[in-house]
Amino acid sequence: MKTTEDFETYFSGELTPTLQQLESERKKGVQMMWLIILSIVVGIGLAIATAVLRIHFVGYILAGLVFLAGTIVFGIKLSRIRRDVKIHYKENVIKKIVEFIDPHLNYNATSCISQGEFEQSKIFLQGVERYKGDDLVQGTIGKTAVRFSEIHSEYCTTDKDGKRKYHTIFKGIFFIADFNKDFIGETIVLPDTAEKLFGKLGKFFQKMNISRPKLIKLEDPIFEKAFAVYGTDQVEARYILTPALMSRIMEFKKKSGRIHLSFLHSSVYIAISERKNLFEPPFMKSMLDFDIVEGYFNYLQLSVQIVEDLNLNTRIWSKE
Amino acid sequence: MIWIIVGVVVFILLVMIIINNSLVSRKNQVDNAFASIDVYLKKRSDLIPQLVDTVKGYMKHEKEVLTEITRLRTAAQSNEFGSNDRVVIENDITAGLGKIAIAVENYPDLKAGENYLMLQRSINEVEEQLSASRRAFNASVTDYNNGVESIPSNIIAGMKGYKLKNVFTIPSESRPAMEERPDTTF
Repeated sequence: MKTTEDFETYFSGELTPTLQQLESERKKGVQMMWLIILSIVVGIGLAIATAVLRIHFVGYILAGLVFLAGTIVFGIKLSRIRRDVKIHYKENVIKKIVEFIDPHLNYNATSCISQGEFEQSKIFLQGVERYKGDDLVQGTIGKTAVRFSEIHSEYCTTDKDGKRKYHTIFKGIFFIADFNKDFIGETIVLPDTAEKLFGKLGKFFQKMNISRPKLIKLEDPIFEKAFAVYGTDQVEARYILTPALMSRIMEFKKKSGRIHLSFLHSSVYIAISERKNLFEPPFMKSMLDFDIVEGYFNYLQLSVQIVEDLNLNTRIWSKE
Repeated sequence: MIWIIVGVVVFILLVMIIINNSLVSRKNQVDNAFASIDVYLKKRSDLIPQLVDTVKGYMKHEKEVLTEITRLRTAAQSNEFGSNDRVVIENDITAGLGKIAIAVENYPDLKAGENYLMLQRSINEVEEQLSASRRAFNASVTDYNNGVESIPSNIIAGMKGYKLKNVFTIPSESRPAMEERPDTTF
């Protein structure tokens, strides 16, 4: 396992030269942004001056030209710079961090976990109407095949004026790993919002949840408070969620925040919610800002460590 | 007036039916969970002869452990599932399997052998399934007992003669094994 100290050394040795290059590009981008602002200010200034001083109407045309030409020319330049920086950043920084964490992992900036796989996990039952994602990492860690990427899935509502509005179903990292035990049913572990809000009555609501399989009451009270577990088979759910795994999931939840899990098709699916758009180059902050890169490193490390955290490499059951 | 009385009576009847049905389903859940333990015990029992066959060629000094486990397996088959004797025998089998696993440590060839590894994996699996089914049984017993004891379902439980059931206690020797096992790697 790589520590923050290891990463710091890697950062100053391997990443800094690339980041310095990117930083000068980013500065060019910031310059473009200032030029756009300047064109707007000059354009508006010219228009005001024309009106106040009652100069010839050509003044307005000139003002319009400065405004339009400035915003369009510099705008296009800015967006090109930002696009190039983004590609360069993902290919040469994020990809390198992924390889640094584990050389057996592959990174693809534009791919993501497919919508089919996302829906198959049965974690979110709401119909997906808009789906996008990027930053796919895949490979094997020890004996366990893993894949994860950033995902943003949304559903749509139409208000009485016919306006369509999108709402987030899930945004964050979606993780799939091969589970170390064989099973045939479905076990779904969801954050326990009902019980948290309504106490005993919440338990009643959970039971009444007809869109899910049967509610499974586990014996670990801390786990039960944090999660509601639904499953097609009482014994199988407990076979998967052993007391050891339950406490491991609780520990992992402490590190990662809000999580949803499901165990089906002999795999484990984990959705880690995150509001921020991850693995993107900074624009208003310096590329060389260690905190930003470290933040991404921590996120990747957190995902990769799921295998260790949930002990998925232990293959002592009949599944190889 | 008469309609109000009829309404109240119908309501009470409905509530009683719902409570009754919920109690019946809880009781059946307990029986079902109980039966699933038996399924896994049988599965484990089927693995014992294979295990004995695989290890007996190597384990000359620990012959008595193997004879003992074979004897226990036969004894388990002749004792009814659910009886106290059977519980003791099954616990002894768990302990016996543990002893064999420890003894195997002295025979590196055997330990690394494909046959033994596969068997050990199957045994681990069935032990974990067994512990899961015990936990499922305990959860359904707790659910059932809550129904038998709490108001108003206790009235119907009393009428039907439903009594509190006991939960399983996991044998102490298998508990640490269960907790520690996920950390071992072959």
